[in-house]
Amino acid sequence: MKNTKLLLGDEAIALGAIHAGLSGVYAYPGTPSTEITEFIQTYPLAAERHIHCQWSCNEKTAMEAALGMSYMGKRAMVCMKHVGMNVAADAFVNAAMTGTNGGLVVIAADDPSMHSSQNEQDSRFYGKFAMIPIMEPSTQQEAYKMIGEAFDLSEKYKVPVLIRLVTRLAHSRAVVTVGDIREQNPMTYPSNPRQWVLMPAVARVRNKELIAHNVDFLAEAEQSAHNCYTDAADKKMGVIASGIAYNYLMEYFPSGAPFPVLKISQYPLPIEKIRRMAAECESILVLEDGQPFIEEQIRGIIPPEGIVVKGRLTGEVPRTGELTPDNIREALGVPTAEVFDPSPLVVPRPPALCMGCGHRDMYAALNEVAKEFVDCRVFSDIGCYTLGFLPPYKAIHSVVDMGASITMAKGAADAGQYPSVAVIGDSTFTHSGMTGLLDAVNEKSDITIIISDNLTTGMTGGQDSAGTGRLEQICQGIGVEPEHIRVVVPLAKNMEEMKQIIREEIAYHGVSVIIPRRECIQTARRHNKKS
Amino acid sequence: MRTDIILSGVGGQGILSIATIIGAAAIKEGLYIKQAEVHGMSQRGGDVQSNLRISSSPISSDLIPLGGADLIISLEPMEALRYLPYLTKEGWIITNTVPFVNIDNYPDKEKLDQELAALPHVIALDVDGMAKSVASPRAANIVLLGAAAPFLGIDAEKLEEGIASVFARKGTDVIEMNVKAFRAGLEYAKSNLK
Repeated sequence: MKNTKLLLGDEAIALGAIHAGLSGVYAYPGTPSTEITEFIQTYPLAAERHIHCQWSCNEKTAMEAALGMSYMGKRAMVCMKHVGMNVAADAFVNAAMTGTNGGLVVIAADDPSMHSSQNEQDSRFYGKFAMIPIMEPSTQQEAYKMIGEAFDLSEKYKVPVLIRLVTRLAHSRAVVTVGDIREQNPMTYPSNPRQWVLMPAVARVRNKELIAHNVDFLAEAEQSAHNCYTDAADKKMGVIASGIAYNYLMEYFPSGAPFPVLKISQYPLPIEKIRRMAAECESILVLEDGQPFIEEQIRGIIPPEGIVVKGRLTGEVPRTGELTPDNIREALGVPTAEVFDPSPLVVPRPPALCMGCGHRDMYAALNEVAKEFVDCRVFSDIGCYTLGFLPPYKAIHSVVDMGASITMAKGAADAGQYPSVAVIGDSTFTHSGMTGLLDAVNEKSDITIIISDNLTTGMTGGQDSAGTGRLEQICQGIGVEPEHIRVVVPLAKNMEEMKQIIREEIAYHGVSVIIPRRECIQTARRHNKKS
Repeated sequence: MRTDIILSGVGGQGILSIATIIGAAAIKEGLYIKQAEVHGMSQRGGDVQSNLRISSSPISSDLIPLGGADLIISLEPMEALRYLPYLTKEGWIITNTVPFVNIDNYPDKEKLDQELAALPHVIALDVDGMAKSVASPRAANIVLLGAAAPFLGIDAEKLEEGIASVFARKGTDVIEMNVKAFRAGLEYAKSNLK
């Protein structure tokens, strides 16, 4: 059993990438993608090979750095959660336009059902939008293997390749058989340096080349063993199942389905295989996790009449939420098992800020001061402190995207809101808050910003935070007046001091930054154990 | 053989270390494994669960269907009941009896005990108390693993080997303490099966 390992889907991607000759991973932590980079950070061969694995400030800087490594001929990987794709989008879409030199693979980990996210966006749309190949593994074993194939595909056509994961694969373990270890690429400059300068005249040429390559991408997908058509006798319904949906389907047919099944794990969609199913079956059921990406497209691939397409758009599969073995049962005609009734005693147990967490003391103080005003508004951000929305604090009025607290507070102040408060974490601040702070400083906006600094990226498990030890200098450098940068230790014994500082800075009609600073108790516990 | 298990508890209680040990033992037995975990936001004091499937034949789904779990292993009594519709009618619940109360509307303890007692196949024990008396409070999850051992389809000796391999880096004292905790749970389950 020397060549087998029990790995999370994320870890299978990470190990597959190391074995495929990776030279650098670039990422910002985000559930469910974090463990890919973490695995590489602790894997001995990665250190031996000097694989770059430090966290980036955000997904855009990660994407651009990876593109730079690819420019130099080496294999690079970028990992992010689905909403990170929005941050990286400018670089991502234009990386398809420049093309690549060394293999460049982007991993987007989607979160259907929003276990730890603010939306359910499906990253496959980004891949199609950028006109590049997409791969979607069903199993940890496929994930391990696909990353190497994705590098090959990327190097063959000189374009980035997108691999799409979902939470249930990223965070599920299985035994993976590992393969051979490839050498890393040597440093080489691109053979066509001109195409990396996307001035309109160049970009127009590249756009045509990329579109022409889409014919090749389709041919690859048609021939791909990952897009496997399994015929069967019952032609009343054919099933198209992509990625992890294939697992749920096969759960009910361990020795093979009685109807034709097309498993899809590589895009663009294999048109010929879909047309075959349309020609041979009376109806097609589409099972895909996320949004109806396949379901919408096949309506343009198959003849409009004579075949019924069923899926999320037609109600056979729920329109929202992740797929499960249960919510596809009825569509497949599989009888429901006899089950125990749910217990009436069970009540929800929502997540909460840890006992002893500094964010708690910060919110306790802020709430006290907010009560002194008729209508204080608190714009918050993405992180553990988002939990300040829930009881007992109920302290915040918005959470939208990384960095939006500062800019929304500014916009609200522009509209006349007072007091307008932003609450943002240290890591989120350096991810996307700094540019918004400059906007506020330039206009001397009447806002009070609380950077609740726990010296880490807490929600994702305690990764390094890019601005640790330098937040005051960063704020000063951006132009916040030094006397309005206030640091305090968020502890119950400092409650009066905290309240006084918040009061004073709300009273100041300009940009102030309050930094309650105390280490995350989770990382502090780990540090204590080590020492 | 095939055993589908739902592990449940509250974020931070340590359900994943139970899964890790079962996983280590299952790998040694050459079994197939799938184990879906919960990471991220819900780990902060919320309800957490892990679907662990071990089988001698390949496993398709990472998730266990409703009515499909052979076992619910729970470090918290209300969390054991949360997944009741996932249990087969013949399935067993192995649960800690000590509530983890971090919400205002936590149900009445007596009613919880009654509801558990009314189910056909339940082993309920105070794993915190037992861990404290035989080993260390930190080994509560291993006591629970011991109590679940007769139902896993893996020999107890193999599970003890799993404990040894998972705690190998922490030294023989820690291994011995956890084996003790494991055996205490196992004995409890055996004597309550008669």
